[in-house]
Amino acid sequence: MGEEKEEYSIIGRPLIKVDAMAKVTGETKFADDLALPRMLHAKLLRSPHPHARILSIDTGPAEALPGVHAVLTGRALPIKFGILPVSQDEEALATEKVRYVGDPVAAVAAVDEETAEAACRLIRVEYEVLPALMSVGEALAREDVRIHDYGPRGNIHKEVALEFGDVEEGFAQADHVREDVFFYEGSTHLPMEQHAALAAHGPDGKLCLWSSTQTPHYVHRALAKVLELPASHIRVIALPNGGGFGGKSDPFSHEIVVCKLSMLTGRPVKICLTREEVFYAHRGRHPVTLWFKTGVTRGGAITAMHFRSYLDGGAYGSYGVASLYYTGALQTVTYRVPRYKFEGVRVFTNKPPCGPKRGHGTPQPRCALEVHLDKLAEALGLDPSEMRRRHLVQPNSVTVNQLRIGTVGLGECLDRVVERSGWKAKHRKLPFGHGIGVAGSAYISGAGLPIYWNALPHSGVQIKIDRGGGVAVFCGSTDIGQGSDSVLAYVAAEELGIEPEDIRVVTADTDLTPVDLGSYSSRVTLMTGNATIQAARKLKAQLFEAAGEKLGVPFDRLRAAHRRIFDRDNPEAGIGFVEAAVLAEAKFGTLGAVGSYTPPKGLGKYKGAGVGPTPTYSYSAAVVELTVDPETGFITVDKVWLAHDIGKAINPLLVIGQIEGSVYMALGEALMEEQAFRKGVHKIPSMLEYKSPTFLETPQMESILVETLDPAGPYGAKEVGQGVLLPVVPAVLNAIYDAVGVRIDEVPASPEKIVKALEAQRRGRASGNGRLPSVTFPEPTVVQPTGA
Amino acid sequence: MRLPAFRYLAPKTLAEASRMIADAGPDGMLVSGGTDLFPNMKRLQFDPRILVGLRHLSELLGVSGDPHRGMRIGAATPLHQLGLHPAIRARYPALATAAGSVATPQIRRMGTLGGNLCVDTRCNYYNQSYEWRRAIGFCMKRDGDVCLVAPGSPRCVAVSSSDTAPAMMALQATVVLSGPDGERTLPVAALYHDDGMAYLAKRPEEILTAILLPPVDGLRNTYWKLRRRGSFDFPILGVAASLRLDGDGTCTDARIVLGAVASRPVEAIEAEKLLLGQRLTSDLIEEAAMAAYRPAKPLDNTDLTLAYRKRMARVFVARALRELANLP
Amino acid sequence: MVPSPTLAVNIAPLRDVHKALIRLRVNGETHEVYVPVHKTLLEVLREDLNLTGTKHGCELGECGTCTVLVDGEPVLSCLALPIELQDRDIVTVEGLAERGVPHPLQVAFAELGAAQCGYCTPGILVAAKSLLDQNPRPTLDEIKEALAGNLCRCTGYIKILEAVELAAQRMTGNWKRETGNWGTGSGA
Repeated sequence: MGEEKEEYSIIGRPLIKVDAMAKVTGETKFADDLALPRMLHAKLLRSPHPHARILSIDTGPAEALPGVHAVLTGRALPIKFGILPVSQDEEALATEKVRYVGDPVAAVAAVDEETAEAACRLIRVEYEVLPALMSVGEALAREDVRIHDYGPRGNIHKEVALEFGDVEEGFAQADHVREDVFFYEGSTHLPMEQHAALAAHGPDGKLCLWSSTQTPHYVHRALAKVLELPASHIRVIALPNGGGFGGKSDPFSHEIVVCKLSMLTGRPVKICLTREEVFYAHRGRHPVTLWFKTGVTRGGAITAMHFRSYLDGGAYGSYGVASLYYTGALQTVTYRVPRYKFEGVRVFTNKPPCGPKRGHGTPQPRCALEVHLDKLAEALGLDPSEMRRRHLVQPNSVTVNQLRIGTVGLGECLDRVVERSGWKAKHRKLPFGHGIGVAGSAYISGAGLPIYWNALPHSGVQIKIDRGGGVAVFCGSTDIGQGSDSVLAYVAAEELGIEPEDIRVVTADTDLTPVDLGSYSSRVTLMTGNATIQAARKLKAQLFEAAGEKLGVPFDRLRAAHRRIFDRDNPEAGIGFVEAAVLAEAKFGTLGAVGSYTPPKGLGKYKGAGVGPTPTYSYSAAVVELTVDPETGFITVDKVWLAHDIGKAINPLLVIGQIEGSVYMALGEALMEEQAFRKGVHKIPSMLEYKSPTFLETPQMESILVETLDPAGPYGAKEVGQGVLLPVVPAVLNAIYDAVGVRIDEVPASPEKIVKALEAQRRGRASGNGRLPSVTFPEPTVVQPTGA
Repeated sequence: MRLPAFRYLAPKTLAEASRMIADAGPDGMLVSGGTDLFPNMKRLQFDPRILVGLRHLSELLGVSGDPHRGMRIGAATPLHQLGLHPAIRARYPALATAAGSVATPQIRRMGTLGGNLCVDTRCNYYNQSYEWRRAIGFCMKRDGDVCLVAPGSPRCVAVSSSDTAPAMMALQATVVLSGPDGERTLPVAALYHDDGMAYLAKRPEEILTAILLPPVDGLRNTYWKLRRRGSFDFPILGVAASLRLDGDGTCTDARIVLGAVASRPVEAIEAEKLLLGQRLTSDLIEEAAMAAYRPAKPLDNTDLTLAYRKRMARVFVARALRELANLP
Repeated sequence: MVPSPTLAVNIAPLRDVHKALIRLRVNGETHEVYVPVHKTLLEVLREDLNLTGTKHGCELGECGTCTVLVDGEPVLSCLALPIELQDRDIVTVEGLAERGVPHPLQVAFAELGAAQCGYCTPGILVAAKSLLDQNPRPTLDEIKEALAGNLCRCTGYIKILEAVELAAQRMTGNWKRETGNWGTGSGA
C-alpha cells in the first residue's frame, strides 16, 4: 500500500478540493438547506432540571393547539441506544429520569417552528427533583444518588487500572521523581452549523434520514435498533457537515425523533437545533483532572511513569469508555517509557454528556505530560527540547503497553520547530512578559478497532467506470470540511491516471455507498485511501490488459497519467483513458471494482488493549511565542510554529489547512474556551458568551510538513485532522512560564488565573491546584512487557 | 430562533413616531438598528405587540457642527459612521473609539448611537432564552420577582453595557429627548438610573433624537475597553476619561467614567477631585486609579470574575490617564 | 417535590400574525413576497426565495454567518427586517458570480482552501467583497478588522486572510505572490 512510486501526478500537489466551487458559491446543501413538500417542523421539549424523576407528562394542551400534527414522548421510543455497545444508556426522549438541563423529554411536529415551539411550552411535565451532581467531587461523594443504575459503584461509569512493568522499581532507579496535578477544563466543538435532520417515511414503508452527522453508519444502526425497522428499510444520508470536530459523531435524540414523527404523521419532518441546543447536544472535551508521577535519570530518560485521570463524563456514556482509555493510552508513544501505570475513572455528572472532541481523550493528558516534562527538564537543568529529542521512541518498536510504532518523525519535527523559531536564542532569554514554549505529541491515524465488535472492513470503496470514461467513486465516508471527498478523488485519479475533476464522488449514503465507519479518530484518509487504491488497482489492471493488447506493450511497462495509458519506456506509445475504458469494457464486461480496508490487529491481549492501536501514529511538535501583559493577564500569541509528521502529504494545501485549524482550536482551548455551569445550568450557551477566537486573535503561523512515508498509509500518509492540536496547548502553558515565571497548571489559562498566580508569586505563595478527587482504584491488571 | 409576532409601524415624521409610540402604550417599543432589541425579542425578554421603526426618520440622521462650536449627532446615526468621522476621530477620540469597538463591523453598521446609549442592561441570568430562564427560575427583570445574582437585592443589578455612554459622559454631552409635550435636553449622566430594570430616565413615549457634544476646547479624552476578544464582546469594563491641562500641565478639568461596573455608568468623582489643580505624575495617577476603582462594584453576572474586573478598573483607569497625560 | 413550572407560559410567537406584501431586490432581481412582518431577512431569503446559500449559526447576531450586503454594506440578515429593506440592493453569496463566472474572491477561496466546511464561507465572502469594493488594497490588519464580525471554526482564519489578499492583488492587477503559499518546505 505504501510503496513509493517514482513520480506522482496528483498526490502531493496543492489541488483545489472537489467541492470547493460549490462551497464558495453557496451551492453546497447542508441539512437545514433541505425542504420537502408537505414538510413539518419539529421541536424538542427539554428538561429544566439537572436531575429529576419524571412523574407525569400531559401532552393534551399541546395536541389541542392548531397546527400541531403529533406530540411524542419517550413511551413511543422505549429502546435505549448509545454509540458504544457497553453504554446503551440514552433514550430518544427521557421516560423515567432526566439527567441534565437540556435532556430531551418530548417532541412536537407542527406546521411551522413557532407552533412546534409553543406546543412544547404547553406540555405539562411533573418532576420530582433529585440532587444535582455537578462535579466529579459531588458525584463521588453522593454514592446514594445514582445518576445511572449501571457502572461499578455510585456514579462511577468506568474505572481502569493497568500496570505495564514494575513502576516502583523504575522510580527506585530514578535520579529525580516529581508529581504534578493538572486540570483541563471541558470545551465544546462549536461547529458553525447547528445540527439539523430531515426524515421522510414513505408510503412504501421505507425511511430516509438526511442529517448533519459525521457517522451515518452508526446512526443507521441506532435507528434500526430504536425504531425496530429492518436496517435494509432505512437509508441515512449524511450531508456535508458545517463543521464537526467530533460533535456530530453520536446518534442523537433529534435524529431518532424526526424519524418517528415522520412515521406517525406520514409527512417529512425537519428539525434544526438552536445554538443553545447545540451546547446541550455537546459530546465535547471531558473536563479532566490529571496526575503525573514520573522518574527520570539525570540525562532526562524516563525510568517510570504513573498516571491518573479523573474524567467528568456528564450525564451519559457516549464515547466515554473510549475517552477514558484514551487518556491513558498514548503517553508511551512519543518518548520512551519503560514502565507505566495508568489508573483512571470516568464519573457521571448532571451535565450534557462529554464525548470526542478533536484529539479525543488525548489533549488533556498530553497537555499535562508536556508541562510536567518542561518542569522536569528545568529541574534537571536541561533544555526541554533537547530532553525530548534525546529520548524518542524508536521506529518500528513496541511500547511497554504493547502499541506498535511505525515511522517516527517526532525528532525531525522538534528539530524543525526549534530551528525555525530561533528557540535557542529565545528560551529563558526573552525579556519579562515575552515567552516561548515547546511541546511534542502523537496521535492515531484511525482507531484499530471499530465502535462495535465485528470482523468486517472499516472502510469500503466501490469504483465504476463507464464507457464514456466517467469514473464514479462510492464510499460511506463523510466530508466534514476536512476534504475526505477530495481524497477519494485524488487517490482514484492518481491510480487511474486521470484528473480529480474527471471523477464524481458519491459519499455518505447508506443505500448507495459501501460502509465507511465515519469521520472520527482521524481514520478517513488512511482507511478510505487504502480501500480506494485497492479498488482502483483492480480496474487499472483491466485497463492495462486491454490497453497493452492494443499497444502491444507488456503490462509491467504500462503507466497511467494525464488521461493516458502509455509505455513507460516510450511515452509516445499510448492510448487515451476513454479508449482504454471502452476496450476494457469490451473485453471484461461492465467495469466496476471494490476495495476495502481493515487495520492490522493490535498486539495487546489485556482488557483495554483495543484503545491505542492504530495503523500508524502521526507526530507533531509545536513552538509557541507569546506576550503576557502582567497587569491584565491578557495573552497575545505572537507566532506558532508547528511541524507535523504527515507520512506523506496527499495534498499539502489541505494538510496545512488542518494544521492551521487545529492550532486555532488549540489556542481557543488554551486561552478562553470553557463549558461552564452554574446552578445546574449551562452558564453561557451562546456564541457570544462562549468565547471562540476571532480574526483579531489570529497569530502568525508557520506550518512545516515532515514526510516519513509510513508503509501503513496510502502513499505513506498519516493523519492530520486531530494530532496537531495536541502540542499547542502545553506549548502555550510552557511559554507563559517562560514569559512571566508562573505555572498555570490549568486550561484555559484565562487572564484572571494569570493575574492571580502573579499576585501569589509576589506574595511568595505557591499557586498550585493540587487537589485530587478521592477515588480508590481497583488492583491493577499487571501486564508484563514483551521485551520490546 | 424566530421573532415573536408584532405589528410594524413606519412613521414618516418624528411627530408621527411620537404619536404612534404614545398610542401603543406598554405594548409598543421603538426600534432603530434592532441589534439589541431583536435578539432580546427572540429570547422573549421583550415581546412588544407593536414596533415603531425609527430607522428612516430624517430628523434622527446626520452629523453636524464641528469641534470648535460643538456637534450634533442624530440618534439614528450608525455607530460605524462615528468610528470613521474625521472630526470625531480627531477631537472626540473617546467617542470614536467607543463607537468603533461596539460588537462587530456588521452590528456597527446596523446599530445606532441612540440605540447604544439606550442599550438594555445585561446580565448572564437575563440574556438567555425563555427556556433557559424558565429552567433556572425567572428573574425580576423579566417574568420573575427575585434577583438571581444577588438574591437579597431589592433591585435588579443588570449591568450597563454601553460603550458610548461612559464616553459621552466623559465628554459632558447632552441628549435631546422628544416627547408628545415637546423637547427636553438632559446631560447624558442624567439619562441613567442605577437600576437594572428602570435604567433609563427617558420616558417610554419619548424618543432620543440627538446627542449634543460640547465644544472640545482642549479636552483630551479617551476610552479603554476590557473584553475577552477584540470583537463581538460587550465591555466587561469601560473606562472613559477626559482631562483639560493648562499651560504648565495643571489639571483644570477631569472626568473619569466607568462603564459595565453597575446598572449605569459610574463617575469616579473622588478620583477626579484628586486630579484637579494638580500636575499628573505617575504617583498621582496611581492614587487616582485607586480612588476610582474603590467604588466599582462589579457582580458575578458578566464574563470573567468580579474580583478580576474590579482589579482591572484600577489598571485601566491608570492606563487611560497615563495616555492622556502622555506618560509611558 | 416541586410544582411543575408555571402554566402561564409565553406563546407570544403565535399571537396575531401581521403579514405584508414586501418588495425585495436581491442579487439584482426584484421579488414580491407576502410574509409575516416579523420574519427576518434570513428566513425570507432561505424559506421564501429558496436562497439557502446564506447560512445561520446562532440567529442572534453573535457569529456573522448570515451576513449579506445591503447597499454594499455587510449586515446580519438574522436581525434585519425585510419590511425595512424594500427597494434596497441586497446581495447574497448567490449574487457574487456574474453569468456563471465566479468572483475573484470565490476563486481565491477555492484555490487556497479557505473554505473547509464552507458553512461560514458565504458570510465571509460577502463581507470581504464589501471591503474590497470600498478599499481595493487593504492591509492585513484592515482585512482582519473587516472580517472581525465573522467566526470560523475550521480554518484558523489564515487561509481566509491569504485568499482575500490574493483576490485583492488579482483585482487590482497587483500580482505579487504565488498561489499555494503554504508554510515553509514540505520535508520531501
